Amino acid sequence: MPVSDRRDHIQGPATAAVTLVEYGDYQCPYCGEAYGVLKKLMPKLGDSARLVFRNFPLTQIHPHAEHAAEAAEAANAQGKFWKMHDILYERQTALEDEDLVSYAGEIGLDVARFQAELFERKFIDRIREDFQSGVRSGVNGTPTFFINGRRHDGPFDLQTLSEAVMMAMNSGQEARPHKHHRPQA
Amino acid sequence: MWVKNIVRFNVNARYYANCRAELVVGTIRGIEVRMKNNPTHNRIKSSAKNANGDKNGSGPLQPGTVAPNFELNSTPDQKVDLIHFRGRPVILAFYPADWSPVCGDQLALYNEILPDFNKYAAQLIGISVDGTWCHTAYAQNRQLHFPLLADFEPKGAVARMYGVYDDSVGECERALFVIDKDGIIRWSYVSPAGVNPGADGILRALESLDKKKELAHA
Repeated sequence: MPVSDRRDHIQGPATAAVTLVEYGDYQCPYCGEAYGVLKKLMPKLGDSARLVFRNFPLTQIHPHAEHAAEAAEAANAQGKFWKMHDILYERQTALEDEDLVSYAGEIGLDVARFQAELFERKFIDRIREDFQSGVRSGVNGTPTFFINGRRHDGPFDLQTLSEAVMMAMNSGQEARPHKHHRPQA
Repeated sequence: MWVKNIVRFNVNARYYANCRAELVVGTIRGIEVRMKNNPTHNRIKSSAKNANGDKNGSGPLQPGTVAPNFELNSTPDQKVDLIHFRGRPVILAFYPADWSPVCGDQLALYNEILPDFNKYAAQLIGISVDGTWCHTAYAQNRQLHFPLLADFEPKGAVARMYGVYDDSVGECERALFVIDKDGIIRWSYVSPAGVNPGADGILRALESLDKKKELAHA
């Protein structure tokens, strides 16, 4: 699924040379690590890179992941996606429903609206759409990164990820859909 | 020593691994398939080149090949026979080891998208050389809702039949096969070491089976 300014959660300018798409799960500890890495990496890259976050909750192993994703989407409806995204990763061990509601209050959302939208599961289809787009693009676990459309298969520590982004920047790859594992049948 | 003979389609893993005298060689839809007569290195060789740099010099069974049958334990007292799934697609996911990080991610992903596989009525089966007690503990811990088969004794016999056993480490390679309802392999893929292949290839292969089915009915 191509990155869409209208649909996606994006940090950074549309003119950026590198687009880093993360498929993430709020309850996944590795995504928590990646969150810390991105917080250091993205400011270093300035306007030359942008970050896109898409939902990939693994509900079978992370029972709170889907609701947390819905909370972030509910915050998005009030223009505060990244605030909720950040708080969820900073407090990954407290993702019960009452925690989510208290975070909504903390970041200044209309809590009644947030709660209503969360519990009527208003954003679940969008989350499943993200998930399906990830599966189809070759997401293989969380977090999975795509750098200008190519899946990043290496580790995601600060150095490796910086190098991968630099390489994409230097090679001037056009953003394009991931082409991996085509069936031979 | 290589001997030419007719191809046998329904092969029993246990039989193969114990075989001493009989070798099976032939051509299946243009792909040469041979079996070496060495009880410790029984494996089907395919002349089709493996683009993924297979560790043991052979390669995964290729599309168009009849999937060799096998029977393996899924739990200490339950066996799973491949032929039992005839009539619906089967996804065989060979993986190196229970509990390893990459395998964990791969199987967790498949577990999550079982509903997508179900849309094609496809049965997912995981296979590694781990024993049944290990599989049971692992499946419970990760809440896996599909069978994990133990290619445990003789070790790796089924992986060898499919051309995806890595002799150098004594584990299955990370290999995927999509088998159609008639028991023919329609897609195979071996992932580079340490790289989780994801599920996109499987889904595309299942989709193309469906399209073929539609065409056949048209």
